[in-house]
Amino acid sequence: MLSVQAINKDFGKLKVLNQVSLELKPGKSYALVGPNGSGKTTLIKCILGMVIPTSGDIQVDNVSILNNWQYREKIGYMPQIGRYPENMTIGQVIDMMRNIRKNVTTFDEQLIEEFKLFRLYDKRMHTLSGGTRQKVSAALAFLFNPPVLILDEPTAGLDPVSVELLKAKIQTERRNGKLIIISSHILSDLDELTSQLIYLFEGQVHFNNSIASLKEETQEQKLNKAIATMIGQKELVDSINP
Amino acid sequence: MSRIIKYICVDILRTRFIILYTCLLFISTFALFQVDSDSSKVVMSLLNIVLIVIPLTSIVFTTIHFYNSYEFIELMLAQPVNRNVIFFGEYLAVVSSLSGAFLAGCGIPVLIHEPSTTAVTLLFCGTTLTLVFVSLAFLASVLTRDKAKAIGIALLFWFYFSLIYDGFLLWFVYAFNDYPLEKITITLIAFNPVDLARVIMLLQLDIAALMGYTGAFYNNFFGSNMGIVFSTAVLFLWIVIPFLIALRIFSKKDL
Repeated sequence: MLSVQAINKDFGKLKVLNQVSLELKPGKSYALVGPNGSGKTTLIKCILGMVIPTSGDIQVDNVSILNNWQYREKIGYMPQIGRYPENMTIGQVIDMMRNIRKNVTTFDEQLIEEFKLFRLYDKRMHTLSGGTRQKVSAALAFLFNPPVLILDEPTAGLDPVSVELLKAKIQTERRNGKLIIISSHILSDLDELTSQLIYLFEGQVHFNNSIASLKEETQEQKLNKAIATMIGQKELVDSINP
Repeated sequence: MSRIIKYICVDILRTRFIILYTCLLFISTFALFQVDSDSSKVVMSLLNIVLIVIPLTSIVFTTIHFYNSYEFIELMLAQPVNRNVIFFGEYLAVVSSLSGAFLAGCGIPVLIHEPSTTAVTLLFCGTTLTLVFVSLAFLASVLTRDKAKAIGIALLFWFYFSLIYDGFLLWFVYAFNDYPLEKITITLIAFNPVDLARVIMLLQLDIAALMGYTGAFYNNFFGSNMGIVFSTAVLFLWIVIPFLIALRIFSKKDL
């Protein structure tokens, strides 16, 4: 479905992504984990075509995304920090998105209703709090029923009730067989929502396998402990043979 | 694409700057006609507005607008929309609102008071200069990520074409006046869109001799009509080339 083939990305001298290769399959949900600045958001932006990789290729359904844009119909994206035209109201933004994806006729408005966004339809974007913006971002990502969902820190800044609503929605979509990629630092959420783990460190993929196998390897019950153990083991190995 | 243009236009109108700009042009043009009874003199005064104010407003407004619509561009880029369409839509929306403001603000009073070919040429020059400087502003905007830097570059373009280039040309002609400079000067004029617009206007008014040696030579070399056609063609290159460079940079830019 989504295949990332040996991409590199340099920002000047800084190497943000280094030979990243991934094979993502529908029906699975991936957790994208790594320390700050490890290249998670850059990788996501590469997949969306917002950042152009220095070398390598990304394919969606065996079609290269470079110089292509139609493939974005298949992707719902929730950014880490939702930035919207400040002068527009929520209703106008949602209408605009619908107008752009005209070929979609059935909308998934569950989140709009659950977050009660229709009550705020004529509020301008610049008056919204960070959490409400996140809600708008989430609602827009799910609105068109896309087969691929990319969520960059979806639960950051949301209140506990909304977090649960969003998590329930992600679970439903997961059961519907969608490909879900979640980047987050809240490992307990990822433990519930995802089955696969991709660990990025300094632009390289250090781990790419199922969470169950990681837990087995490290003999830990919880994802955060398992990752901590994995990093500890790696550091130990690195200190022995530098 | 038309949808995207519509959204950008609505956004531009909401800032009210364009309306203010239209009113300002309208009032000043109208006032000039009230003060002076010789309407051909008024057209000459208006030429100065066209050559100085229009480029400055176009380039600064466009650069600020581009940075203000960064959110919109980012939002669009995550959607199934072609990057080039977004850029082209931004360009068309800005160009149509700025040249619309100029044509309404300047054009209506001019055509009421002095409906002549000269007036039409003036409006043509103003519109073309708007397009040229919007192109340059887009180029300045994609060259850097920093808003202040981009406005700096944009202002530099304006200073360069409105003041510095003329100074340089004058110095050049003065320093090398022992040599035959006609062809070189004509070539050098082609490198400044503001000069080209001025030349079109002067050739149209048939007072090219007033522009001194170069003007007389220009008139002689091309004849009025040929000169206007040549200058217009070069002005169009000034619209297209910066735009295409900007489009090329934008299509590979990381956002």
